[in-house]
Amino acid sequence: MRIFDPHAHMTSRTTDDYEAMYESGVRALVEPAFWLGQPRTSVGSFIDYFNSLLGWERFRAGQFGIRHHCTIGLNPKEANDDVLRREVLDILPRFLGKDGVVAVGEIGFDAMTAAEEDALLEQLKLAIEHELPALVHTPHRDKAAGTRKTIELVEKSGLAPHMMLIDHNNELTVHEVLESGCWAGFSIYPGTKMDEQRMVRVLQDVGPERIIVNSACDWGVSDPLKVRKTADAMREAGFDDDDIDRIVWRNPVEFFEQSGRLILDDIESPDLTATFEGSGVLRGERA
Amino acid sequence: MSTLQDLSAALEARARPEGLDWLKETSAAVAADVSAIRGRFPMVGRKVGRETLYEHDDPADVHAWTVDDAARVLLLVAAGERAEAELAELYRFGDAAERRGVLRALPYLPIEDRGLQLIDDAIRTNDTRLIAAALGPYATEHLPDAAYDQAVLKCVFVGVPITGLDGIPSRVTPDGARMLGAFVHERVAAGRDVPGEVWIVIDRFPPEPEIAAIEGELQSEFEDRRAAAERALSYRGAHSA
Repeated sequence: MRIFDPHAHMTSRTTDDYEAMYESGVRALVEPAFWLGQPRTSVGSFIDYFNSLLGWERFRAGQFGIRHHCTIGLNPKEANDDVLRREVLDILPRFLGKDGVVAVGEIGFDAMTAAEEDALLEQLKLAIEHELPALVHTPHRDKAAGTRKTIELVEKSGLAPHMMLIDHNNELTVHEVLESGCWAGFSIYPGTKMDEQRMVRVLQDVGPERIIVNSACDWGVSDPLKVRKTADAMREAGFDDDDIDRIVWRNPVEFFEQSGRLILDDIESPDLTATFEGSGVLRGERA
Repeated sequence: MSTLQDLSAALEARARPEGLDWLKETSAAVAADVSAIRGRFPMVGRKVGRETLYEHDDPADVHAWTVDDAARVLLLVAAGERAEAELAELYRFGDAAERRGVLRALPYLPIEDRGLQLIDDAIRTNDTRLIAAALGPYATEHLPDAAYDQAVLKCVFVGVPITGLDGIPSRVTPDGARMLGAFVHERVAAGRDVPGEVWIVIDRFPPEPEIAAIEGELQSEFEDRRAAAERALSYRGAHSA
């Protein structure tokens, strides 16, 4: 089984995790820039973090046979620091042109403040300028209202809905997100957000189109093998190999390939270089 | 060291025509206004290519040049004397491929030893591609002896093949040979293996106490240490310079 985990904060994970992920089928992933559990206080910390996502973490993943991509952006929690918000937004363009940077993100709302809205709108503009998709995180609290507000802002920004992945959905937000034309992401967590059994029910309800499943593993209680566990739960529930491959590989590839910056062309296993719907999506260059 | 003409010719033979056109236009833009390099430098891989510069090279070989390495060198060369002012920022904001391009370009730029801090930074990383790129002809010419010796030791430690280094064996010093000899002893005492190529360095200035210590392990009371000593010493003739 080939797995593309479209949301994994590998900076927080160990080499044992990389080994286990490879063993489970993970061959490529996306690490969205986020916060580190403790607020940063200077723009230099962001520069070093972005550089480590593009440099060291990509190298580290490569040692375990996993192709690492990232998204770059200012997260909503730290967007509430006025000085930092301006400084980080200023340096983002230096990172958004790079290979392997497959979206602006993760951006979105945390406590639904004006500062968060300002940062979100600015970064949706940057996504349009750099021809990148955007990865938007929906708030953990007041989720339904936050999701609705996010969809409104995407519409206002002019970013095409198919360039937008709205993450951390649940049974109550998925319909509205799909109706908007955006992609709907689900973070499968032990205990919170979503679990694999509920994910199977969502898939039975809405089908596989524009659905993306991730582990969102980070420094909190989380499990880097949740995408595989979801695939296993899908199989037990009667989904066939093609449905599973669509959810755990082709859908995230299709979404992030819109960046033109996925680097999957030299992954060794021949099955990974198969074309998607007749077009060579596994290339670094936009056709 | 390849000449700029060699690099251009290899690129012509290997890169896509549209990539070569892009490089030509971008070189002209950079020659006219050096700040044009800032936004273009990250794009080189997807515009010109990322495969090895020479078809027969192994993409997994950290010493192998890539198409984007050569293209980045030519872009920096196109900037002429104004390249120097851009180097630090291109490196600081560069991903690993961009940093490698900067490092590979240093010997082609009129900067004398003023690029050494970038070499030092790359050697401090644990990224084998950066370490390999840092130890090219520029390091051979400018890196002080003690730093060069430490870098060679680090290569062996992190798994960068030293046979492909530009400065091997010419830059080897007696102290470098001693440190690698001691490293081999440490590995043998742990029952572990070493790459055979270490003898290229060690046997340039054979350090007697360290070699005696390795040979002494042949009589160790522990089987794994005796076996490790035998293996390490068995590589000796084949790899001595």
